Amino acid sequence: MEEIRILSPTAILGYGFPESSFQAALAKNPHVIAVDAGSTDPGPYYLGSGISFTDRAAVKRDLALMIPAALERKIPVIVGTAGGCGADSHLQWCIEIVREISKEQGLTFKMATISSEIKHDDVLKNMAAGKVKPLHPAPELTRELVDQSTSIVAQMGVEPFIKALDMGAEVILAGRAYDPAVFASLAVKEGFDPGLAIHMGKILECAAIAATPGSGSDCMFGTLRKDHFILEPLSPERKCTTLSVAAHTLYEKTNPLILPGPGGVLDLNQTTFTQATENSVMVKGSRFVPIPADQKYTIKLEGARRVGFRTVSFAATADPIMIRQMDKIVEGVRARVKSNFNHLDEKSFFLDFKIYGQKGVMSMFKGLPPASEHQPAELAIIIEAVAPTQSEANTICGFARSTMLHYGYEGRISTAGNLAFPFSPSDFKAGEVYEFSVYHLMDVDDPCQYFPIQMKNCAKGECHEI
Amino acid sequence: MKYKLIELADVIRSKNSGPYEITFDIIFKEETMFQKAAASGVFNKKLFADLYHLKEEDVISVVNFPPAKAIKATIVRPMASGNLGEADVYGAQQHGPMLGIEFEM
Repeated sequence: MEEIRILSPTAILGYGFPESSFQAALAKNPHVIAVDAGSTDPGPYYLGSGISFTDRAAVKRDLALMIPAALERKIPVIVGTAGGCGADSHLQWCIEIVREISKEQGLTFKMATISSEIKHDDVLKNMAAGKVKPLHPAPELTRELVDQSTSIVAQMGVEPFIKALDMGAEVILAGRAYDPAVFASLAVKEGFDPGLAIHMGKILECAAIAATPGSGSDCMFGTLRKDHFILEPLSPERKCTTLSVAAHTLYEKTNPLILPGPGGVLDLNQTTFTQATENSVMVKGSRFVPIPADQKYTIKLEGARRVGFRTVSFAATADPIMIRQMDKIVEGVRARVKSNFNHLDEKSFFLDFKIYGQKGVMSMFKGLPPASEHQPAELAIIIEAVAPTQSEANTICGFARSTMLHYGYEGRISTAGNLAFPFSPSDFKAGEVYEFSVYHLMDVDDPCQYFPIQMKNCAKGECHEI
Repeated sequence: MKYKLIELADVIRSKNSGPYEITFDIIFKEETMFQKAAASGVFNKKLFADLYHLKEEDVISVVNFPPAKAIKATIVRPMASGNLGEADVYGAQQHGPMLGIEFEM
């Protein structure tokens, strides 16, 4: 093979793409259609609860175009981090969507599903053997954190995908995967340079976000050759420029020059970006440095645990006398909540006041000076309670809200009520709350060890294991 | 001469790099200004530690990336993304303090 051509239709499966771009990409005869379907960005809830952050109908729309187009051309479709987080429930959700498409369009194909959920016992066993280490700056893993995690996923590299391709899979649905793996696997299997293949995958992973104007819902095309790769958007209104592609290499990375992943490190110290044509960019010099022979291959583990249930109340104020002493009022309301529910262990619930207009957005950094010296005309206030049950969260949030509504602060002249509520009811049950509990590296003997592959024959909606 | 970063940069942004870090990107408009700023030593760990009231050891790295005319800094997130007390799950609105950077070169 002289070159390998890869179509990335969209930044995240379900974010969509224009059919015109997709057709233009197909006309360039891609060897594979690959898409990343997930991220940890939307926070711990989705991994913890097993629910997808992408919409089912939107995911189905994208796959309903991708699968028949690929089957017609006899090229594989590869989906990584199915269902947004790649736990078994997410993967199953995606399999069911594909089964529906097979039925509705009368399609027959060989499907590989690659699971990435790892058993708690396996994590504990490896911990005991000293094979699990925190990914700095995550804290050390404890038995308690593992036990509390609802599901733990491991991030696969290219190896399980290569295995599934070797088994003849036409559609591959994988659990949690290193983002570039879906794009790089076919190229690595065909013997192309892994450094270039993975770097290209890192950029294709976000589709047209690396073009200008950028878009998360448009296609990007990659062509990998012996010593370089070319990136180009499909929509005539977009261009890849050396700046747009190089800037994307920075995105969401700790260090843009050294990018660790499964089995080694991507080293971009010698990488060059050159404008190839008006709308395409050539990248050279990216190197993959495999882990030294005396070190083990590592996979990344991710897990989330439930910490309670949440209720929130939205309110606002436009009273300058109240705004001036908001900190003091919040402390007063907290004290009232504490004394009213003194039979509850203080640690059993969490109460927070997010004061938008005054250090709301940046509240994670303590001690920052206010962004402006001027007193804001209005403040938005979100009262949040998290407690072991939904009903306790409702109680704490409701009490804090009614206390704040009628709180008699110093100099108060608006005595009918302190808060403007935009909604009735004022309080919203937000359900289960999760936090990340596992973000660690684990040594493995075999890159495919924790990623079992199931091959199925799907014929018009009937899927049977081979 | 005194410069305002906001006048020299095309992009000033923040984003999570995984749940336990926040990373800042400054992409300069002009190659010459990027080279000057990178060589000046102004963009160091202390600058980011001061801007965000952090200990210097919590600034993981400050790196120049010439292909993008960019300087990039990564810090330890004060809390893991989505932990109780969170106000910006994606970490995409933590760039504010950088907009006020002024420096002599």
